Amino acid sequence: MNSAYLISAIVFWLCAWGLNEWLVRQTFASDAANRAVRIFVPVLFGVAILVMWEGVTRGFNIPTILLPAPTMIWAKLTSSVPTLWADFRQTFLKAVLTGYVMGCGLGFLVAILIDRSPFLQKGLLPIGNFVSALPVVGIAPIMVMWFGFDWQSKVAVVVIMTFFPMLVNTVQGLASASEMERDLMRTYAATWWQTLVKLRLPAAGPFIFNALKINSTLALIGAIVAEFFGTPIVGMGFRISTEVGRSNVDMVWAEIAVAAVAGSAFYAVVALIERSATFWHPSVRGGQT
Amino acid sequence: MERHSFFRDRFVPVTTVVLAILAIWVVFVVILNAPFVRDQAARAGEQIGFWEILPKTFVQERPVLPSPHQVAGELWDSTVARPITSKRSLVYHAWITLSATLLGFAIGTVLGTLLAIGIVHNRAMDRSMMPWVIASQTIPILAIAPMIIVVLNSIGVSGLLPKALISTYLSFFPIVVGMVKGLRSPETIYLDLMHTYNASPAQIFWKLRWPAAMPYLFTSLKVAVAISLVGAIVGELPTGAVAGLGARLLSGSYYGQTVQIWAALFMAAALAAVLVSIVGLAHSAVLKRMGAKA
Repeated sequence: MNSAYLISAIVFWLCAWGLNEWLVRQTFASDAANRAVRIFVPVLFGVAILVMWEGVTRGFNIPTILLPAPTMIWAKLTSSVPTLWADFRQTFLKAVLTGYVMGCGLGFLVAILIDRSPFLQKGLLPIGNFVSALPVVGIAPIMVMWFGFDWQSKVAVVVIMTFFPMLVNTVQGLASASEMERDLMRTYAATWWQTLVKLRLPAAGPFIFNALKINSTLALIGAIVAEFFGTPIVGMGFRISTEVGRSNVDMVWAEIAVAAVAGSAFYAVVALIERSATFWHPSVRGGQT
Repeated sequence: MERHSFFRDRFVPVTTVVLAILAIWVVFVVILNAPFVRDQAARAGEQIGFWEILPKTFVQERPVLPSPHQVAGELWDSTVARPITSKRSLVYHAWITLSATLLGFAIGTVLGTLLAIGIVHNRAMDRSMMPWVIASQTIPILAIAPMIIVVLNSIGVSGLLPKALISTYLSFFPIVVGMVKGLRSPETIYLDLMHTYNASPAQIFWKLRWPAAMPYLFTSLKVAVAISLVGAIVGELPTGAVAGLGARLLSGSYYGQTVQIWAALFMAAALAAVLVSIVGLAHSAVLKRMGAKA
């Protein structure tokens, strides 16, 4: 037991906590300072957690196999960049992105195709909602059998996982333009197609982006879990399950860090596009996400 | 105003779509399984016509895509026809998964609610933790599942708890986000009214914030219970667990038992449907007691 590490970590934690408590009670004259505080407070919280983690693992001499310290994970991360990059390319660039684009595109197209048939909508919507609540990742072993070990099977899993949220949200979004606005389009003698492009698709924007955001997380999960069922010797899910078996826990954590950063960045990109595309929506104008 | 009829607006369309899906399924059974039958015939040196292939595609031992009646038969065999205690009974495996799901869901709900209460009442917690709670939803948390299991196993915690912890972790975040929104949902005029009554913080919480948060709580409970089932199933995958629906999926994929995989999938789907509808029923029961319409 090495109490120096532990005590300094606790002291840092208390100082950070006190500073945060003080900061959130202040109102600064300039907007820029207020905004900086808004960013600084959660960052300080994150740093405090990392310091605490480091202090506890070192202070109690926790074996690396249970919980490696953040510095060890960082060292592993920087020393094995080529492996991590290969895994990232296999899982994220090939499987996740392809599957995401195909699944979302397909869901969107089907939603537009069934738009003219209320009968099909009434039939498909309850089923789509039902499927969204199911453990869809379970189809991963079947897809691996059908499409082989390589990234194609992961694409298939991602397509199926992302299809239904997109379908349900797009159908709901297309129905969200109000009766009055639709009547206005009728008085302009607008065709179905014109109404769709000029009124209903823009009105569906927030719904569609909601699905895109949900799907960005689902896609990554689907691809990683599908790799547990068989994969060539590269990929994030493969690396996680084999390195766990070989007790290289620091490598697992490095891989998880990459997955976390990739997932958040993916989500952030979609959220940024949403902000510029649906700038008229109250939730964006109000400055909140 | 047009009246909604359950039969015309719900039953007929949904049944039609389900039947259409079944029909597509059967067609694909023939398409996907035919090559194997043709291969076997070619190996035996026989010519085989389409009408001879057709029936054989439905009764294969290890089909590429099992036919609906095979899956139904396997489900029947492994639920009703076997004793529940048997290791080959799906009810047994479903129970293992269900118990992990429920335990994790319960812990996640309690922890998530407590954290939400803290966030609503403390500005520093709100400002410093909320961004991380939201950011952590974008992280593929499921990837961490195998490690949690192995790590906990190595310090001597095994069985139900590690899987339940993964479910906890997954169900935790929807609850926090939903409850924070719900506890903040009372409008300023209601809060002001409570102030004019000289209500204590505890009274404001129990008489105003908590009831106002109920609809939000149940919406996030539905999401959380579905996702904790996913967590429990995935938690059984990477460790070579011997029991549970995830283990059935894994062993099925190792030994090429497609019928077994499909039966486990349908069991998982049924489980999810039951869990979500139980939460839905509790939702409407609680709202009715609170005097809401619908």
